[in-house]
Amino acid sequence: MTTDLTRRTAAELASSIASGEVSAVEVTQAHLDRIAKVDEKVHAFLHVDAEGALGAARAVDAKRAKGERLGPLAGVPLALKDLFTTRGLPTTCGSKILEGWLPPYDATVTRRLREADVVILGKSNMDEFAMGSSTENSAYGPTRNPWDLERIPGGSGGGSAAALASYESPLAIGTDTGGSIRQPGAVTGTVGVKPTYGGVSRYGMVAFSSSLDQGGPCARTVLDAALLHEVIAGHDPLDSTSIDAPVPGVVEAARAGVRDGIKGLRVGVVKQFAGEGYQAGVMQRFEESVALLRELGAEVVEVDCPSFDYALPAYYLIAPSECSSNLARFDAMRYGLRAGDDGNHSAEEVTALTREAGFGPEVKRRIMLGTYALSSGYYDAYYGQAQKVRTLITRDFDAAFGRVDVMVSPTTPTTAFKIGERADDPMAMYLADLCTIPTNLAGNAGMSLPCGLAPEDGLPVGLQILAPAMADDRLYRVGAALEAALLQQWGRPLLDAVPAL
Amino acid sequence: MTATTEELMDLEEALARFDPVMGLEVHVELGTNTKMFCSCPTEFGAEPNTQVCPTCLGLPGALPVVNEIGVESAIRIGLALNCEIAEWCRFARKNYFYPDMPKNFQTSQYDEPIAYNGYLDVEVDGRTFRIEIERAHMEEDTGKSTHVGGATGRIHGADYSLVDYNRAGIPLIEIVTRPIEVPGHLSAAVARAYVAELRDLIVALGVSEARMERGQMRADVNLSLKPTGAKKLGTRSETKNVNSLRSIERAARFEIQRHAAVLASGGTIVQETRHFHEDKGTTTSGRVKEEAEDYRYFPEPDLVPIAPSREWVEQLRATLPELPGARRKRLAADWEISEFEMQSVVNAGALDLIEATVAAGADAASARKWWLGELARAANEQAVELAELPITPAHVARIVVLVAAGELSDKLARQVIEGVLAGEGDPDAVVAARGLKVVSDDGALLAAIDEAIAANPAVAEKIRGGNHAAAGVIIGAVMKATKGQADAAKVKELTLSRLA
Repeated sequence: MTTDLTRRTAAELASSIASGEVSAVEVTQAHLDRIAKVDEKVHAFLHVDAEGALGAARAVDAKRAKGERLGPLAGVPLALKDLFTTRGLPTTCGSKILEGWLPPYDATVTRRLREADVVILGKSNMDEFAMGSSTENSAYGPTRNPWDLERIPGGSGGGSAAALASYESPLAIGTDTGGSIRQPGAVTGTVGVKPTYGGVSRYGMVAFSSSLDQGGPCARTVLDAALLHEVIAGHDPLDSTSIDAPVPGVVEAARAGVRDGIKGLRVGVVKQFAGEGYQAGVMQRFEESVALLRELGAEVVEVDCPSFDYALPAYYLIAPSECSSNLARFDAMRYGLRAGDDGNHSAEEVTALTREAGFGPEVKRRIMLGTYALSSGYYDAYYGQAQKVRTLITRDFDAAFGRVDVMVSPTTPTTAFKIGERADDPMAMYLADLCTIPTNLAGNAGMSLPCGLAPEDGLPVGLQILAPAMADDRLYRVGAALEAALLQQWGRPLLDAVPAL
Repeated sequence: MTATTEELMDLEEALARFDPVMGLEVHVELGTNTKMFCSCPTEFGAEPNTQVCPTCLGLPGALPVVNEIGVESAIRIGLALNCEIAEWCRFARKNYFYPDMPKNFQTSQYDEPIAYNGYLDVEVDGRTFRIEIERAHMEEDTGKSTHVGGATGRIHGADYSLVDYNRAGIPLIEIVTRPIEVPGHLSAAVARAYVAELRDLIVALGVSEARMERGQMRADVNLSLKPTGAKKLGTRSETKNVNSLRSIERAARFEIQRHAAVLASGGTIVQETRHFHEDKGTTTSGRVKEEAEDYRYFPEPDLVPIAPSREWVEQLRATLPELPGARRKRLAADWEISEFEMQSVVNAGALDLIEATVAAGADAASARKWWLGELARAANEQAVELAELPITPAHVARIVVLVAAGELSDKLARQVIEGVLAGEGDPDAVVAARGLKVVSDDGALLAAIDEAIAANPAVAEKIRGGNHAAAGVIIGAVMKATKGQADAAKVKELTLSRLA
């Protein structure tokens, strides 16, 4: 184990703390120091809660001193995406409209993290209300990719992914509505998992698109992601869409993947996710990974999911529709920004002025798209049709999973692009989520894990693994097996190649 | 108050020229202990904004969870209204901005109501009208705004507004009728009778106290006119939040007269919402519906569909209490009165009181006599509801028993009632304190009779001559002498035998 605490995995840190080799306070302080040193360049955090983090760490050390049993991630630091409410800690969702808001309650994910003695370092940067694929839509300035500070870290959860890749935190929480965990994972060389819809409570996770949003774990290794997955997942009576069933045994699956391998596993390569728009180096690493899976004993077949071609347009009707309604509550009446309240404007005008001043252009674009799509006379043609496409996509998944255990694809068609490159071209930006969106529409589970660097630009490439709903454990089994094989090829973790900041 | 005065047509003339068509939308606040989508308490009258949580305040991230008692209440109301109960239905979001609506959408139901296709029979003037129910659906209430300053008490022109979110999220059931077409002169009465019947039904189900003065039940009266005999419906107005039975009747009448005047002068009715003014009995224009928002309904993604099992529905059906209509029929038969007479009992608000009085030992006819007679008069004089009089069914039953036993005459009984109403105690206490007792001691009575005969020799002669009706004078004199405590029948009997 390295002596640099920030380079250790979450699993290693947890065991070091449990054994008394290091204290939780030392671990937390090491990460706070790292943040102080590099976050000026990376801007992974919107808010660092040094005091709260050290307090939580001291509590872990006290528990240990008293001989109390510690949870599997006790004392391990984490970056929490700013979409989750944190009692008494700023929660902005990357938006000016929530600047200064101190939530009076914890999200269920926040509560579970606290109960598991995970140390929350602070709130990570994100595209405003999770709308974007580059974190450039944050009202508080973009996050930079630690691999190349001129490049985007993906989005919307770029802050979480960059915190991992810059060694500011060994764990992070993301949310994935169309790929916001997986795509940042891919372009930063980290692991990100979108659990089955309903697997992780959405209570206290500020809604973008309720039927698509799903919180999930982000980490530098598959096992770390699994450990975090088990902390945050499970039924929550406060979320009606939460699944009331045991959480799939993802930690055991991750261990089994390394121990037992994946011989006999049936893997489907999605036919639709290739061709024009896919970077050569991305396809090369992807195909090598498929070959490696074959070497590991998997049976690889091509699967045809024709409806996936309609996933992107369907997504850009459903997500904006729901967001137009979800974001209506930001009206300046009860919390957040209030503009124009000078005694000369009516309540209605104050609401309009506040929304004008408080929302960024991408959020406004989506609210307008959604308002239009839900309008009387257009509903059937837009929202209604999109829901039908959603059903077709689910059927394609069902048919494919009748033949294979998991499906694979590149996570995103290209490596990290340059900041500003797609900022004025929403369609180009939306294409970053081409391969991740079908899973959100169908509600099943997906993972992105690093599978190499693209030869042409030396930037990380992500492999996406998809599993049926409630079969999240398969992601971890396959992911861990592949991760181990890749590590053997590379001789060191991919992230070791991140330039010094 | 808006200054526009409306031209009105005389009601008789309006009804001669036009046929009214009504639709009623009634909102009932359920009396559940907690709100529809969170576990906040629902007590009426708490300090503003003390019964709130992240969910009913619409805080970012908060999510709704359906109150199962709310669903059960909705199904029971649906069953009582003879509705079909959906096997599968969803909530929908009704999107519009208003400061007292925390999420700026109302969680409601749209094209998939929990109950639909029902009816409720109401009686007016001895006739039964079947009011068809289109749907009953679940939704949440909004917060309550108080607009301070300005002339109208509405948001426009107010200096500032206060919002109380205690009401936000309280479960509501909205019950919508199909168009109601009844003879014009009865339409306002039918509207009132429907809401009254619905209120009684809701109370009988125990799902709400349905107190209109507290806003626990509010009616929107939709009304349009068409020329007598015409088929095509006219344009309607929607008079919102009418808060008493009397107001429903008045609002309907006013709108009939207003519509008629507009139509007769060649004008057109604007589809709009209107506000009813209790003080003047008038309505004024609210917002014009054409400009109203598109609510952009879509299925609520934060909630899962509701699929009440048939077993559950049948279990709820089997455990419905006796409903008001059936109860009235049963009691009318028990009390041996006609449906028309029962109507008077109901209209007087005496049904529960008489039933309780009978249960306390009175006979039905006497119970009915006192409540609809002496007590109704007293209530009327004091301008209170019958049930609000400070006399209980047990008191009335005791009085009935005393009269039947011959211990009180009707006249004395009235004095006992007067005493009870005056707060002098229960009937026995009043009897004792006022010394009210029928004098039936022959000796005492004969002395008084002899005195009366002596004072009225001419009358005595007539009685002797066989004119028994003349005995009234003697009886009156005896009653006077005994301060009304004599048993009149006994006096008559003794007088006649004296003068035989």
